[in-house]
Amino acid sequence: MNILTLFVVIPVLMLIGLWLSKNDNQVRGVMVTGATALLGLAIYLVFAFLEMRETMPADQYPMLFTYSTPWFKALNIEYAIGVDGISVVMILLSAIIVFTGTFASWQLEPMKKEYFLWFVLLSSGVFGFFISVDLFTMFMFYEVALIPMYLLIGVWGTGPKEYAAMKLTLMLMGGSALLIIGILGIYYFSGATTMNINEIAAMANIPVEIQKIFFPFLFIGFGVLGALFPFHTWSPDGHASAPTAVSMLHAGVLMKLGGYGCFRIAMYLLPGALDAWAPVFLVLTTISVVYGALSACVQTDLKYINAYSSVSHCGMVLFALLMMTRTAITGAVLQMLSHGLMTALFFAVIGMIYHRAGTRDVRYLGGLMKVVPFLSVGYVVAGLANLGLPGFSGFVAEMTIFVGSFQNADTFHRVCTIIACTSIVITAVYILRVVGKILYQKIPNQEFYKLHDATWDERIAVIGLIACVAGLGMFPLWADEIIDGAVAPVINHISQFTAVAGL
Amino acid sequence: MEYSYAFLILLLPFLSFLLIGLAGMKMKKPVAGLIGTLVIGSVFAMSVFTAYEYFFAVGRDAATGLYPTVTVFNLTWLKFTELLTFNIGFRLTPISVMMLIVITTVSFMVHIYSFGYMAERDENYKKEEYEPGFQRFYAYLSLFTMSMLGLVVATNIFQMYLFWELVGVCSYLLIGFYYPKHAAVHASKKAFIVTRFADLFFLIGILFYSFYVGTFNYDLSATPELQSNLAGAAWVLPMALFLMFIGGAGKSAMFPLHIWLPDAMEGPTPVSALIHAATMVVAGVYQVASLFPIWVEYAPNQLHWVAYIAAFTAFYAAAVACCQSDIKRGLAFSTISQIAYMLVALGVCTAMEGEGGVGYMASMFHLFTHAMFKALLFLCSGAIIVIIGSNFKEYMGGLHKYMPITNICFLIGTIAISGFFPLAGFFSKDEIVDACFHFSPFMGYFMTLVSGMTAFYMFRLYYVIFWGNSYYEADPEHRRKPAEVPFVMWGPLVFLAVVSCFAGWIPFGHFVSADGHAEDIALQSLHFGPTAWMSLCVAFVGFGLATWMYAKGTNPLPDMLQRRMPRLHKAALNRFYIDDAWQFFTHKIVFGLFSKPIAWFDRRVIDGTFNFMAWGAQEAGETIRPWQSGDVRSYAVWFLTGTVALTLILLAIAL
Repeated sequence: MNILTLFVVIPVLMLIGLWLSKNDNQVRGVMVTGATALLGLAIYLVFAFLEMRETMPADQYPMLFTYSTPWFKALNIEYAIGVDGISVVMILLSAIIVFTGTFASWQLEPMKKEYFLWFVLLSSGVFGFFISVDLFTMFMFYEVALIPMYLLIGVWGTGPKEYAAMKLTLMLMGGSALLIIGILGIYYFSGATTMNINEIAAMANIPVEIQKIFFPFLFIGFGVLGALFPFHTWSPDGHASAPTAVSMLHAGVLMKLGGYGCFRIAMYLLPGALDAWAPVFLVLTTISVVYGALSACVQTDLKYINAYSSVSHCGMVLFALLMMTRTAITGAVLQMLSHGLMTALFFAVIGMIYHRAGTRDVRYLGGLMKVVPFLSVGYVVAGLANLGLPGFSGFVAEMTIFVGSFQNADTFHRVCTIIACTSIVITAVYILRVVGKILYQKIPNQEFYKLHDATWDERIAVIGLIACVAGLGMFPLWADEIIDGAVAPVINHISQFTAVAGL
Repeated sequence: MEYSYAFLILLLPFLSFLLIGLAGMKMKKPVAGLIGTLVIGSVFAMSVFTAYEYFFAVGRDAATGLYPTVTVFNLTWLKFTELLTFNIGFRLTPISVMMLIVITTVSFMVHIYSFGYMAERDENYKKEEYEPGFQRFYAYLSLFTMSMLGLVVATNIFQMYLFWELVGVCSYLLIGFYYPKHAAVHASKKAFIVTRFADLFFLIGILFYSFYVGTFNYDLSATPELQSNLAGAAWVLPMALFLMFIGGAGKSAMFPLHIWLPDAMEGPTPVSALIHAATMVVAGVYQVASLFPIWVEYAPNQLHWVAYIAAFTAFYAAAVACCQSDIKRGLAFSTISQIAYMLVALGVCTAMEGEGGVGYMASMFHLFTHAMFKALLFLCSGAIIVIIGSNFKEYMGGLHKYMPITNICFLIGTIAISGFFPLAGFFSKDEIVDACFHFSPFMGYFMTLVSGMTAFYMFRLYYVIFWGNSYYEADPEHRRKPAEVPFVMWGPLVFLAVVSCFAGWIPFGHFVSADGHAEDIALQSLHFGPTAWMSLCVAFVGFGLATWMYAKGTNPLPDMLQRRMPRLHKAALNRFYIDDAWQFFTHKIVFGLFSKPIAWFDRRVIDGTFNFMAWGAQEAGETIRPWQSGDVRSYAVWFLTGTVALTLILLAIAL
């Protein structure tokens, strides 16, 4: 069997295992086994991928591990899979988040079994999305990833959870509606012979006028998930209400589907529309970056702060994609990876603090460093990673983006870049404000003295994520090279059709 | 191969940080401290050996007569484009070797000293227990030392930026070391955000520089290609360099970005000595010095702006230092003023060779001597704070009887910083004043005036601490009797005092100079020019004035001045309201005018629109719902009405 198919098969096996399991320990057993298998497989995939790629000519790496079989002949829908460097790191990211998310929901109550069923279904959608290269299959997995979110938030969430779940689902479904229009547009105007992304790109036969019509459908459709301004408002409410591991998976992986889709489908298949549309979206993403950061400065709920911070950081992903230089796009993927890891860490720690203190309101928290030092250190590390401290992944990603964006030498791109750069200061403001408020100073509430520090399962999640964030931050070259090799052919392809793209 | 051990200089402190940071809580406190200290001790030894090897064993290159630039290693850390790679390496130049010595010396002394400082003491100043967080303190110190060393040995500007950020965060963590204290948390936040704000400009400067020059390196002799790139980028270089300087101005606390440094004194005093006096705050000076050849050639006018900004800062900080009652803040303003001296010296340079380049050497010389005597002064004030338990001069006075060693050391530091012969400050500062006179007489006289103020405020500080009215003697029954600090604290003081005495006699120009050729410092062979005599006189006037006003503690003049000019005094005490201006800017403008409206806009307008759409859909549904009532009779009525209407329409069309 193709190694990529395993990424869908294992979650399905896990679903069966969960369905059969009788008690909590069996559920946990299935989850740990499955998550470990996925993580191991993802790591193996990275090495196998690199080994296989070695033999290919540089700068034109094709998709590897490809496989395709007809699925719905009449519409040329195939189960077509394949990965390049970008998908490989995304798969690795997803596996890490699923693994750590499992430990972060170790003590979840009630209905652990049902919770994990949805959780696994969601992750199977995510993996499926990253491995497929067929427009329809991709869309299908995308939907599989979205729907469980409704139940996960609506049932296991906190606060106004029904409202949040409904809002999130409706907005993302609205995005899907745009997507399906865009996908059908691509399919019919490219001759209705194939749904395979690579084949459509190779034909490059969609008239530019048509590309201009469908580009915004796809970019906004994916952009909703990537928290593109002004379609981001599901993010604060959704994240705030979601249970810990769901926030982790959602911000860590699901939001990356947006950036990935914008790149892989909107930009790759409709490059002719970029000249007209890229400046418009570039302005929107620049707004996202600064706007999200400024909004985060005055929030009082820890999860809201982090959700707005995600708006800013995911805005940075789309921003870098639209800069259309090889370095900037590499930076965008690094940022997806980095943001996925550090925001998962953030949400994990916030969830653990909330679980103990019973509140996420910064006005009522304080002095936690004294009572829960492990979690507090985790929070500080997540914060420092978020504000781009060297040694953590954020720095690598942001610097790659800024240097890459600067390669685009006209004034408009320059101004956008410099405006986006200011986010590094604003990020510092909101991160340090919260760290200073909730971890340091005096303990405002006598109850807090009774709090206990992280349990072993929580420690696994936190330490695992910190190790990844620091590992990527200290040794970024390997990830950089995997991604860069995949960006090169795409950017070469795009630059044939647009004047904006640089090298 | 020479310098093959050099990677250990960076690696060892990092490992010690990891070890103490991860396993510190499991260790006994002194063990953690000892690990840190031993590691820094060995790094100190290696640095001294590196300096020996660099300056003496290998020495000048026979062909060029210059000390060669040695790149010990240079690893690719991240690849941006074909041209731009982010390297992390280790580069030896005269100034980076000099910085290695400065950093490791002060750091080593601070590590030893902290054993005494970071302890809780009983009534009789006997050590009871090391402070909570002792391990954390040493872990941060190790991390800081590693980062600072990485900064000075950087092979390129981006590596400098990377470590620049790291020292910033170490400074943040250490200022906020006493995190239950509100003031400490606030100060640490302020320090980080102000310097981050400045770093934004540094980053943009790097981006401009790297895009047009096509490299991050500042070693331009590397290829002729680079030289031509540089010439092609001449139009953008002044801007790029000045943007980078703004970053440097943030770290080096130049006006108006200096506001974080006085507040940073909330950190433990050894930290103030290491980070906020001797090493990190001179990073800005070091940055300008590293890019100095490019400054001189491509942005001479902007270099002079640097001098003007720094000259103003020197004056401003000296004026504020004259009326601080918190001794650490007094020293902090003095630090700002002295760093400004270094930048003035760089800024007044007009050429690489000859007279025009004296300022470069003078600046680096002052950096070296200042690091020693300012660390000494801070450590002395730390000793006083340990004994007195407060930073405020009102609780001191008359300490010379009780703390003789600290008294002598502080006095040496004071004399050195005031620029009296034959201590360190005299030589380095007079070189700077000399360079200023070469630039313009006004600058020369101005900086001479400031050095007079330096003597005044330092001796004022010295007198109010060690002489004047004793706080203890005013009520010996109820107040603790001051006593001398233990050896572990006064040992480093004596070491630094000795260095401060003799550092001035180092033939510094032979090691470091703008064009690389050996240069003699005239003062060291006792050739005093008119400028030297003048600044000695001015310093003496400052000293005399301070003695007259503060030595006895009975002179009514200070109080009278305070009463006569209440506005001026109050303004100076409040640092001329610069902090309030910033406070206004950040809280009212940024938060009030941007953040809050944006957050409101997000929730009400954007989210409101989507909620409105949802509400609209729901309302539409509610409106349509009664039509599907399930009532067969009403369906029948509608059905019949519809049929009739349709029939009528069809008939109408047919007819």
